[in-house]
Amino acid sequence: MGRPMREIFGETVTALADGDPRIVVLDGDLGSSTKADIFQAAHPERFLQMGIAEQNLMGVAAGLATMGFIPFISTFVSFAVIRPLDQIRVLIAQPGLNVKITAGYAGLFTGMAGKTHQVVDDVTIMRAMPGMVTVSPADDVEAEAVLRYAAVHEGPIYVRLVRDATQRLFDGSYRFELGRAIVVREGRDVTLISTGAQTPRTFDAAELLAGEGIDVHLVHVPTIKPLDEAAILAAAQRTGFVITVEEHTVLGGLGGAVAETLADRHPTPVKRLGLQDVYGESAPNDALLEMFGLSAARVAGQVRALLGRAGGS
Amino acid sequence: MSATATDGAEIARRAEIARLEEIARRIRVAVIRTVDHAKGGHLGGPLSAADLLAALYFRVLRIRPAEPAWPERDRFVFSKGHSSIGLYAAMALRGYFPLDELFTFDAPDSRLQVHPDMTRTPGLDMSTGSLGMGLSAALGMALGARLLGRDLRTYAMLGDGECQEGQVWEAAFVASRYGLDRLIAVVDHNRLQQYGWQGAAPEERLPPHGPGELAAKWKAFGWRTLELDGHDMAAILGAFDAAAQGEGRPTVLIADTVKGRGVSFMEGKFYWHTRILKPEEFAQAMAELGEPLEAMAAQ
Repeated sequence: MGRPMREIFGETVTALADGDPRIVVLDGDLGSSTKADIFQAAHPERFLQMGIAEQNLMGVAAGLATMGFIPFISTFVSFAVIRPLDQIRVLIAQPGLNVKITAGYAGLFTGMAGKTHQVVDDVTIMRAMPGMVTVSPADDVEAEAVLRYAAVHEGPIYVRLVRDATQRLFDGSYRFELGRAIVVREGRDVTLISTGAQTPRTFDAAELLAGEGIDVHLVHVPTIKPLDEAAILAAAQRTGFVITVEEHTVLGGLGGAVAETLADRHPTPVKRLGLQDVYGESAPNDALLEMFGLSAARVAGQVRALLGRAGGS
Repeated sequence: MSATATDGAEIARRAEIARLEEIARRIRVAVIRTVDHAKGGHLGGPLSAADLLAALYFRVLRIRPAEPAWPERDRFVFSKGHSSIGLYAAMALRGYFPLDELFTFDAPDSRLQVHPDMTRTPGLDMSTGSLGMGLSAALGMALGARLLGRDLRTYAMLGDGECQEGQVWEAAFVASRYGLDRLIAVVDHNRLQQYGWQGAAPEERLPPHGPGELAAKWKAFGWRTLELDGHDMAAILGAFDAAAQGEGRPTVLIADTVKGRGVSFMEGKFYWHTRILKPEEFAQAMAELGEPLEAMAAQ
């Protein structure tokens, strides 16, 4: 297992701020959950408590950005994307201000908090917003690389972080490049495209399928926007059948982005695995993965069934 | 101090007030001409804010129109963005862009968007237009200035209708919590909004906040609250001078104004929020503002 992304967040932003006085963190009263408290301990004067008032928080971040600061916003996705959406649109995305929306508790893992806190449509919303870069790292190694990139990226960026420890996919040689997808596993039979903390589980599914003689080509897409269209096209052409897998709604997220790209440029059969237009609920993480078909075994089972229907190998 | 020096200061003060009143008049003329030219646009709000805008742009704000991004400038966020025509008129008169550019309002590719766009208009510190957001951005600027140790002040202008947005009170709470005494909000309290709460008669509208209520709300949020007549230039300058003296907390000026101020048939009428002027209405407005059409034709 890797380390929880929230700890990576607290430590990485702290380290970045050691070398850059422009970095500030705005907390929405969740510093002990998001691990912004690590930053507060190191840089108390640049830890800005905004209270339980996230619409204001976004505006304050915008104002700070115009003064030359690099604000990192730290709260849950539900309060960093959904509640203050118009503020993000008007005050950050439209003026293109240099604000980092680095939100924790993405997807289903919210410490049992349930559907109010489980956000499964944020990628759809953020990638549809002109000017908003959207990144969903797979593990702790990639999360740190993405956060380091966010600090030097000029303009708004949304980074979708996961609360709990996730499987580690990458090693120390990993280098993040905005808009670049990564072939995690080369295969011939079917292309799986995944993002965020789902990718390591999808990788495990591929390994299960390999034991059954199904050779999966797996592409990890950390940057949903801008999308690595060339990598998507190449992966589709390689096998002729694409299955997307995401811990997110299948409407308009990674699956939507892949389907749009292929429909426009190289029509290819696509199936989208993920939440089928439903909300989550309070349950342990493993139970949630089973419930929504996102565990390695459940992904493998769905791929197997789809290949049967599609007449694959 | 000698009597002569005192008299001299009083003469200079009166001259300054007269100068600013003339600028406010010219802002109002520019607002009417722009809306007439564009065949539409907001009237009531820009006219109620004209005196405040004249004071801000020609007396209060430390700015350099020839160097809009001057780092030490005071910041100004025009939160009631739908009244942009008044803002643009003040900025044009101050020298940010030619007065004639007001006639590009509503035209494709204009630098002067209906709602202020900082990526297009020189001298704008924030994009606004979705109501309730500007004070938060100003709060961020004031926090940033404090972190940087800069001497500047940050101003934000809001409408009283806009003060129905919850975000305004989020910002009011947090600004108070940080004791930002170089953050100054100005509420253009014109007592009307686009449609509002109907009174006894179909065209009567009830003010969104009852007498004294708006000031009481800001006071309850910990702000130093100064009430003034927003059309009395001497009172406006006095209030801004008082606001500049920080007392460890942010200051709000509740400026009592009249929507549509300066044009008799617009004053206090909610339906002049936006409207197209008929030719005879345009002529009457110009005459009332001391800018008869014959004089314009001779220019």
